[in-house]
Amino acid sequence: MSRLGIQSRSSLAMHLTEHGPLPDVGRRHGSRPGPLVDEVERAGLRGRGGGWFPTAVKLRAVVDSSAQRGRLSPQRRPVVIANGMEGEPASVKDAVLLASSPHLVLDGISAAAATVGATDAFLAIHRDSPLVPALIAALDERAEAGIDDLPIRLVTPPARYVASEESALAHWVGEGLATPVYPDRPYQRGSDGRPTLVQNVETLAHLALIARRGGAWFAEVGSPSAPGTTLVTVGGCVGAPGVVEVPTGTPVGEILALCGGTTQAVRGYLTGGYGGGWVAADGFDAVAWDPDSVRVARGVFGASLLYPVGIQQCPLDEIDRVTTWMAGESAGQCGPCVFGLPSVSDDVHQLAAGSAGDEDMERLNRRLGLIVNRGGCKHPDGTARFVATGLSVFADEVALHLERRCSAGVRSHGDHATALPVPTARLALVDVGSRDFE
Amino acid sequence: MSSEKIVTLALNPTLCDGRGLCRDAAPQLIDLDEWGYPLLPGGGLRAVIAPADVRAAEDATHACPVLALHMERSKAESAT
Repeated sequence: MSRLGIQSRSSLAMHLTEHGPLPDVGRRHGSRPGPLVDEVERAGLRGRGGGWFPTAVKLRAVVDSSAQRGRLSPQRRPVVIANGMEGEPASVKDAVLLASSPHLVLDGISAAAATVGATDAFLAIHRDSPLVPALIAALDERAEAGIDDLPIRLVTPPARYVASEESALAHWVGEGLATPVYPDRPYQRGSDGRPTLVQNVETLAHLALIARRGGAWFAEVGSPSAPGTTLVTVGGCVGAPGVVEVPTGTPVGEILALCGGTTQAVRGYLTGGYGGGWVAADGFDAVAWDPDSVRVARGVFGASLLYPVGIQQCPLDEIDRVTTWMAGESAGQCGPCVFGLPSVSDDVHQLAAGSAGDEDMERLNRRLGLIVNRGGCKHPDGTARFVATGLSVFADEVALHLERRCSAGVRSHGDHATALPVPTARLALVDVGSRDFE
Repeated sequence: MSSEKIVTLALNPTLCDGRGLCRDAAPQLIDLDEWGYPLLPGGGLRAVIAPADVRAAEDATHACPVLALHMERSKAESAT
């Protein structure tokens, strides 16, 4: 199933041949969003950044918030930010989309901007992304052809996990601070206090297709509760790791088969990302890959990431390396995250190294309970879920490690091909001087 | 019943420095975790406060030097 064209490398000319120009989607008038919102609602489009929030509801919320401001308020004009940050280190679906079909994403930004009456539009990707030159070229092509009513500006915040979070992204575009904001309501008060629509780039690419073909077409495939197709990043112990596009609801086993099938007996799956959750291998290959079915199967759909871990890997070793990294990715704002995550990570490290006892496990479990629901963003909650679901799914391995044994033998330190990737560089979140636009 | 007010104590965790003055002011309401940060009743960032504890919640709120705590009063839904 290919709607988003992730096998291609589309120039503007190729894009126009394939899809035709973006039709006139109409505009927002006063408190009424542009007519595309009705088509988006008919489509049942939900946000593909991880939250799977209904896109039509978000579009309307931004317009409502804008319309409630005084006519002379400088903060009444909405901002649109396309989120191509892809902070999940194991996810590459947004990078693959931006490399293959940049103009579909950019069309989506234009259509969304017209629908909410935005006066500024941005595409945000990580500063060190290899996609920067190609995206600058794509924007130049469009400027030359005079396609976008509102020019789209490329912005490159620091490559930090929490910088991809919706409120952090709006914060960075407005004020140069890539830290999450509490309380988090960017649709009301986002970038510079303006109503801000933050949408994942894949969501916007789907929006561009809905603008052309309509909501009924979009919903022809996929699960009724979250229609359409979805990109999936598949890694771990599969023959051909990579990104595939499938209708939502495709069984997990079929997705794995598209990626060369599993290369080892699977002992568990990481779902959603590093703030996602582990699920046991038993029966999971029959589960439909859509947000609701995955949640019922006790997984996390999140950024549509699927990583089987095989019997040749120590899952606690994987959890240890990722947890250490996640602890370092705190924005440094809230105590239970700043101090809690390193404490949890130390406990997990002891366990993975085979030097933990029952008391250490009790402390770890107590700490996991202490860090949830207490942060300004969901970074500590996601990390706690990653660890807690791992301890539960791999309870046999935990028991072995408490006896100073490991089913996989030696610690791998992440140097095998199927390991969960962990970045090494760490950039500052506070970055006022080096924003690349004014 | 319908005239009762619901009082909520709310913590902004991005402002809290973990100085612990709220616990000193209202030990019956607020505990500190092992890192010195406040634990509200229920463990989250917002706690509904029983009428008998409203005074203690006010003391905790006033004790915070960085204004990380605040109180909200909303009318209870009338029970019909």
